[in-house]
Amino acid sequence: MADKRMTEAEVISRLRSGMTVGIGGWGSRRKPMSLVRALLRSDVTDLTVVSYGGPDVGLLCAAGKVRKLVFGFVSLDSIALDPHFRAARQSGSIEVAEYDEGMLQWGLYAAALKLPFLPTRAGLGSDVMTYNPGLRTVADPYGGDELVAMPALRLDVALVHMNRADAAGNAQFLGPDPYFDDLYCLAAEQAFVSCEKVVPTAELTATAHPATLRINRMAVTGVVEAPGGAHFTSCTPDYERDEEFQREYVRAAGDPESWREFERRYLTGPESRWPIPNLEVPA
Amino acid sequence: MTGDSTATRAEVCVTAVVDAFRDDGEVLASAFGTIPAIGVRLARHLYAPDLMISDGESRLVGGTWAVGTRPEGDLEAWVPFRTIFDLVWHGSRHVMMIPSQLDVHGNMNLSAVGDYHKPKAQLLGVRGAPGNTVCHPTSYWVPRHSTRVFVPKVDMVSGVGHDRARAAGPGATRYHDLRVVVTDLAVLGFSAEGRVRVRSVHPGVTVDRVRENTGFPLDVPDDVPETRLPTVEETRLIREVLDPKGLRDREVSG
Repeated sequence: MADKRMTEAEVISRLRSGMTVGIGGWGSRRKPMSLVRALLRSDVTDLTVVSYGGPDVGLLCAAGKVRKLVFGFVSLDSIALDPHFRAARQSGSIEVAEYDEGMLQWGLYAAALKLPFLPTRAGLGSDVMTYNPGLRTVADPYGGDELVAMPALRLDVALVHMNRADAAGNAQFLGPDPYFDDLYCLAAEQAFVSCEKVVPTAELTATAHPATLRINRMAVTGVVEAPGGAHFTSCTPDYERDEEFQREYVRAAGDPESWREFERRYLTGPESRWPIPNLEVPA
Repeated sequence: MTGDSTATRAEVCVTAVVDAFRDDGEVLASAFGTIPAIGVRLARHLYAPDLMISDGESRLVGGTWAVGTRPEGDLEAWVPFRTIFDLVWHGSRHVMMIPSQLDVHGNMNLSAVGDYHKPKAQLLGVRGAPGNTVCHPTSYWVPRHSTRVFVPKVDMVSGVGHDRARAAGPGATRYHDLRVVVTDLAVLGFSAEGRVRVRSVHPGVTVDRVRENTGFPLDVPDDVPETRLPTVEETRLIREVLDPKGLRDREVSG
């Protein structure tokens, strides 16, 4: 099996401005934050971002990287709204394609299966149809209802964070929910998986059920070992959300001065360091 | 049965939620907000043992536990988000969501207030509201009944109301089922034409007060009953088992 291990910087070196990037996780849960930070430090911009959004979206909006956001919500879970996403929307600085959560899954699934669209009731009658004027309905060829034809959301790149992976890209979730990370990977030309720990293949299922191996190596381009890589979002059972740091993020976003300080300390300053706490990740 | 006259407004709201879910049978009862969470657990405990309830993450669990604490009942199902989406589209769910705006036809907004392309206030996004409302029963919880929430026209239709469902055709109406709107002042339903109609006002609330706090003409029957008081057993369970810390009073006071 090919050894696909690489660094965050190597992942980002394969990205180009203008690409469509899908980001796994959900809200403020298991987001590939170390990959997002590497993206913030790069020159790559003008991105279309597809996400069940959390602070990944907030940070990319704050850095001016987002041309268009494809989303169903943006939330920090324990804090309802992300301040940077709100600011970006309220200044009219980003384009959006807003879909029902299930439609977003359907779009990724259609792309994963190389189908042009998948039918659904979700969206009918709502302003999702109004504000996505390209969205079409389709007649049931068997004589039933007219349904929404949710178009495939094809991704140039997927960035996801898992609990464990092997060097070839077989990747495992150990928390309560796989979210949609496997669909992001299948929907993408290139998929990059960061994880808390890279382990020998046999170790993945030493104690865990094989059903936790949600992502298969044939869908993975690169693997990054990133202990604490989801911080400050949750990566259960390795660590929960760092609520205190999330509050600091939200407070800092409250005014430009404190946000510049936050960036200088944690993101883009020459001495910046993301404050990943000491995480005892079990073998 | 006479009700418990010591019941607070929050406790009356809980029982209105109970009554919204008690006849649902074997479905997933998804409730957003403190009072709805207390209400569905109380409904299951006393009247609707077949209801299925989430721990808020990815598990359906049995038992009756206090809001703000972890459940201790038996884990009976694993429902990651993709399984929730399956259940939504399957229709075996009754959701109670908290609208940012709601109009006379039952259209609901969770997304953005003001001009969509440059909103005055960006909210969460549509979340699952478009799919929920055309796939399974949907109710709403409004902790503060006001003209900010009850508006003549919502700015972004996230949850689909009766007029919009009709206009979209059978694909949208087939499983469209708006049930109840519980507020801190009243219980609302929908008329045969699909317009918001008063079902009952909470004890101590006048119909005029409900009208004044609603930003569209309300359909009001000639005789408006009072929302029932909780029973003594219901208030005991709310106070001792479901919400001993009184979190409900942070959502609705008085």
